[in-house]
Amino acid sequence: MEIVFDRPKALTDIANHYCPGCTHGIIHRLVAEVMDELDITGSTVGVAPVGCSVFAYNYFECDMAQAAHGRAPAVATGLKRAIPENMVFTYQGDGDLAAIGTAEIVHAAARGENITVIFVNNAIYGMTGGQMAPTTLPGQVTQTSPYGRDTVTAGHPIKVCELLSTLEGTAYAERVSLDSVKNIRNAKKAIKKAFEYQQAKKGFSIVELLSTCSTNWGLEPVEAMKWLQDNMLPFYPLGVYKDKEAEV
Amino acid sequence: MADKVLMKGNEAIAEAALTAGCRHFFGYPITPQTEISAYMAKKMPKIGGTFLQAESEIAAINMVYGASAAGVRTMTSSSSPGISLKSEGLSYLAGADLPAVIVNIQRGGPGLGGIRPSQSDYFQATRAAGHGDFHMIVLAPTTVQEMFDLTIEAFDLADRFRMTAMILGDGMLGQVMEPVDISKGKEQEVIEKDWALTGTKNKRKHNLANSLYLEAEELESLNIKRFERYKQVEELARAEHYLTEDADVIVVAYGICARIAKNAIDEAREEGIKVGLIRPITLWPFPKKDLLKASETAKAFVVVEMSMGQMIQDVELSIRCSKPVLLCNRTGGMVPEPEEVIGAIRNANQEGRS
Ligand SMILES: Cc1ncc(C[n+]2csc(CCOP(=O)(O)OP(=O)(O)O)c2C)c(N)n1
Ligand code: SF4
Repeated sequence: MEIVFDRPKALTDIANHYCPGCTHGIIHRLVAEVMDELDITGSTVGVAPVGCSVFAYNYFECDMAQAAHGRAPAVATGLKRAIPENMVFTYQGDGDLAAIGTAEIVHAAARGENITVIFVNNAIYGMTGGQMAPTTLPGQVTQTSPYGRDTVTAGHPIKVCELLSTLEGTAYAERVSLDSVKNIRNAKKAIKKAFEYQQAKKGFSIVELLSTCSTNWGLEPVEAMKWLQDNMLPFYPLGVYKDKEAEV
Repeated sequence: MADKVLMKGNEAIAEAALTAGCRHFFGYPITPQTEISAYMAKKMPKIGGTFLQAESEIAAINMVYGASAAGVRTMTSSSSPGISLKSEGLSYLAGADLPAVIVNIQRGGPGLGGIRPSQSDYFQATRAAGHGDFHMIVLAPTTVQEMFDLTIEAFDLADRFRMTAMILGDGMLGQVMEPVDISKGKEQEVIEKDWALTGTKNKRKHNLANSLYLEAEELESLNIKRFERYKQVEELARAEHYLTEDADVIVVAYGICARIAKNAIDEAREEGIKVGLIRPITLWPFPKKDLLKASETAKAFVVVEMSMGQMIQDVELSIRCSKPVLLCNRTGGMVPEPEEVIGAIRNANQEGRS
């Protein structure tokens, strides 16, 4: 019988710790499938963030570094500069990338650092129990915005793809979502393209994935998907924000 | 002799790093260590190395973390306020057992302080370079030649013990110009780094550079193991001795203060005071044994340092407070005058007799 669905080889045989309905698991799988398809596991080094995906270093078969909160792009820079032939990716949450690590991500992009960033936007801090993130939507209730995010006192959400696409060094920036089969397929295409851009030494590539955190949103997994569609998709439009290839 | 060149202390450190095989330098400008970055910026591209001016000290030390994890020799340099920012990264490097060389050319503090030479980061370097249980090797040069030699040694020690090694200098040493024999110390121990993140090549299990251990028992046993390794490092503690054999008074000083102390000692000897110098070369590990032994015959100690009194604690601990220890210090960027040191030696000599 032909096997049509199997565990990607780039994933270790360890059960992950993510909550039921969490999209981190899907994203891990997509990254692993891409590593298999491009046959790069043996030459890839990943950088895990601080956040729910901190244990990503246990789940991928490639060499992995664990970085301090927000510093993954700097660690990735060191790894890439030391061995430029290797593929280097960071895997970061929105608190990690868009709050404490803003300087590191902006400057890695500005340098055109030839790395790939997998950016998981779930509009909240997951690991620490649901505090407001830079990506938390206006009016969204979190532990530290209990009356809903008030943009007058708490400021406005940061749209990362829009921001980074203004930088010369960014070769590719696309926002995708994991709320439907179609969108998941697109997400994988984007991840693959981001790695291929790195292979072709085009510069900095980032894929932002709109994701769920059913636990801290306080919603059942199916309701969480619906919340993402109803609230995040209108605020964070999907699409390609920068594609250097397309520009020429 | 043909290899003797005139260099600034900061340049000697940079040249030594290149000699030691360091090809990856990450830094952020701060006075008074900027010549190191400038030297690297000039030389690295010519030899196929990386010079990268990071967006901050935080980014620079994390780039060092990445490069070290990939198995290459790597370095960053800064001065006091910048080292504070690096403390996060220093702790993570220790947690992941990654080797690297860190240079601190100290300036006066706290806060933005000043840009003149100081030794007020002694506690930070030897006690609390970052959060958690860990140590760094701390080497204290006193001449430009030593800035060259100890930097090379720092790379070897860092690799051998999988830990960070700091060169602790000061703004004056960084700027001093002296002839350096750069043909010295070229022999390198090449250590196989089977833990490095070089890519599995599909031939081995994946390697991890990690400092997260949620099981308290596991973390405790790892910390204990790391400190067993530190015990071997402690065997390497060393100091230079100058006229100590018959000394009633022992001056303890490192870096630029040791040079000032030597002049003061020569003058005090002419006055007939039996005084000598113990100059710690390794600040961590501290040369405790040398001091304890000296305390058997010496009657009093003088500590000369450019801080409100930091190394003096290590001296008192080493001799178990068995003899009077006088502090001769300046702070804020002031450098002690030889006359001040001679005065302290005279006082100690009096106190030792009474
Ligand atoms: C320096 C530092 N500050 C704070 C923390 C605590 N902390 C751990 S995870 C986290 C937020 C992670 O949120 P995000 O990046 O959005 O990832 P998620 O958990 O949602 O996947 C914080 C603040 C830390 N570990 N280190
Ligand atoms: S807390 Fe949220 S982001 Fe973290 S694993 Fe659970 S669902 Fe996923």
